[in-house]
Amino acid sequence: MIHVIHPGLQTTIQDGGRIGFYEVGMPPSGAMDKYSYAVSNLLVGNNENASTLEITYLGPTLEFKVDTVIALTGGDIPPKINGELVPMWETLEIKAGDQLSFDFVKSGARVYLAIAGGIDVPQIMGSRSTYTLCGIGGLEGRSLQAGDKLEIGTDNERTPIVGARIEDKYIPTFTKKHEIRVVLGLCSYRLTEESKERFFAIDWLVTPEANRVGYRFSGERLNFVDREQPFGAGSNPSNVVDLGYPIGSIQVPDGVEPIALLNDAVTGGGYATIATIISSDLNKMGQIKTNESVRFVSVSIDEALAARKVVKNQLEEIKQQLNR
Amino acid sequence: MARYEYGGDEFIFVELSEEMSLEVNFQAMAITEELRKENQPGIVDICPSNASYMVRFDPDKIHPDELIAKLKDLEQTVSINDFEISARIVDVPILFDDPWTNEALMRFRDRHQDPTSTDLEYAARINGFESKEELIKAITDSPYLVSMIGFVPGLPWCYQMVPREQQIEVPKYVRPRTFTPERAFGFGGAFAVIYPVQGAGGYQLFGTSATPIFEKDQRSYDFKDSMTFPRQGDVFRYRSITLEEYEEIRKQVEEGTFRYLTKDITFTPKTVLEDPKGFSEDVLRRLYA
Repeated sequence: MIHVIHPGLQTTIQDGGRIGFYEVGMPPSGAMDKYSYAVSNLLVGNNENASTLEITYLGPTLEFKVDTVIALTGGDIPPKINGELVPMWETLEIKAGDQLSFDFVKSGARVYLAIAGGIDVPQIMGSRSTYTLCGIGGLEGRSLQAGDKLEIGTDNERTPIVGARIEDKYIPTFTKKHEIRVVLGLCSYRLTEESKERFFAIDWLVTPEANRVGYRFSGERLNFVDREQPFGAGSNPSNVVDLGYPIGSIQVPDGVEPIALLNDAVTGGGYATIATIISSDLNKMGQIKTNESVRFVSVSIDEALAARKVVKNQLEEIKQQLNR
Repeated sequence: MARYEYGGDEFIFVELSEEMSLEVNFQAMAITEELRKENQPGIVDICPSNASYMVRFDPDKIHPDELIAKLKDLEQTVSINDFEISARIVDVPILFDDPWTNEALMRFRDRHQDPTSTDLEYAARINGFESKEELIKAITDSPYLVSMIGFVPGLPWCYQMVPREQQIEVPKYVRPRTFTPERAFGFGGAFAVIYPVQGAGGYQLFGTSATPIFEKDQRSYDFKDSMTFPRQGDVFRYRSITLEEYEEIRKQVEEGTFRYLTKDITFTPKTVLEDPKGFSEDVLRRLYA
């Protein structure tokens, strides 16, 4: 059992996500940075879909009531056990009575805390991930609160080795300027050629509206090609006949402030989508904070698939090293 | 001409048409149903939408270009002429012009095209109706096809089964509201919707549904198998109710005893497209028989 003493800013239970229900409008939720999430579970010997705590910006204070093994990955929010700094990306031993707390965030935005066995909450539609808008998954469908008690689950498949550490080359670093790769497309034909160029030419500033639902960016106005709006679309030039939104897709309501839709986003609506963040860079998006800047980089589908493969291979290599 | 687009490395988006019509919605339904039947490995989600559809796939199992070739093939071979829809006709009771929705929409007049009137008055005027009562009559006279599900879990986009010249069309808010009450009945573009849960929204607000769209604890009969009630292909009839009936239904919902009035129906796109009025009359006859 783990006691929540302080909940932190927004700490939620997340796993690989609620997959396969997009057609009824159920977003996947799940860990925003799937790479860090996966590594945290590998370090404690969990199966790949075990639930972890996703910690955002400001960490919680937790007290462990049992001996266990944990690992912390993701952005650099320095963790402390009983007040002593401990390393991230390493398998750590916990004794009953130990307190885990965090310093202020140094870089990145989200930390994943894996506990051997995962966190035991009911699976809703095949997932333990928290989806706060509808109040489902996780602990009562909400972020953690002071006084909560978390039960440890049985999602472990290997005996972890305390002190096992991920090689530096596998540890991502996060700065304040980011490049995010996207595949241009969907309804990008709605943007003027000039606006398409400008979209890739400027640094977009991340606004305070940056959370699990999506990130909103400020920069400059983008313009749509003049047309008579098709029947059923609505009158704004950024409107289309309501359609499905891919996870990671970017829309620009009224041409003002692009929005990237993420894990807890709406699954469809009436705004023209212009590009989609590639799956490997969604991990990076989850580590971006308000006031940091993003440059979007256009890549081909083959480059997107190659980038995906790089992440997959890295996780495979880490897995083999930890199993040795 | 349909457009096939990559939505990153995990989605294919297919826009069958830029404009909405019953034909194109039936086409999206027919293609996605065929795709579902084929049970191809590597397909994660199949999401039919209004005039388009989207497929989520696992690129480690199927290459996006292979999937696109498959979908283009379906576009050629699947015809709505030999497509049959088995669905439910559903009576959906709506309290129009209700105090709670009005309170909510009055808070956001600065985001609306016409800050001096209500959404109902505005929509009636721009669609050429003499009064909001006439608009409500037009909304409730003919049933709707549930043409897409999404936005949030269960939200039904509903497209009225009437000829194009009788379609009601309204713009979305100038800037979206940050608040919409749960079960609000809205209209945007040519679509009627019910908001399943409280949240943001940009559709014009006309009233409130007495009955739930999303029920997370799944305690009443209609939610036994799923937290969401609407299914694509359903035929919804919105019925205007009084405050007394609204309160009676709300009591049943809260007690967990409410059941939607539904009838099963099997129909072809052809019957709807050739005689929407006849189809509509048949639907209402069956529903209330």
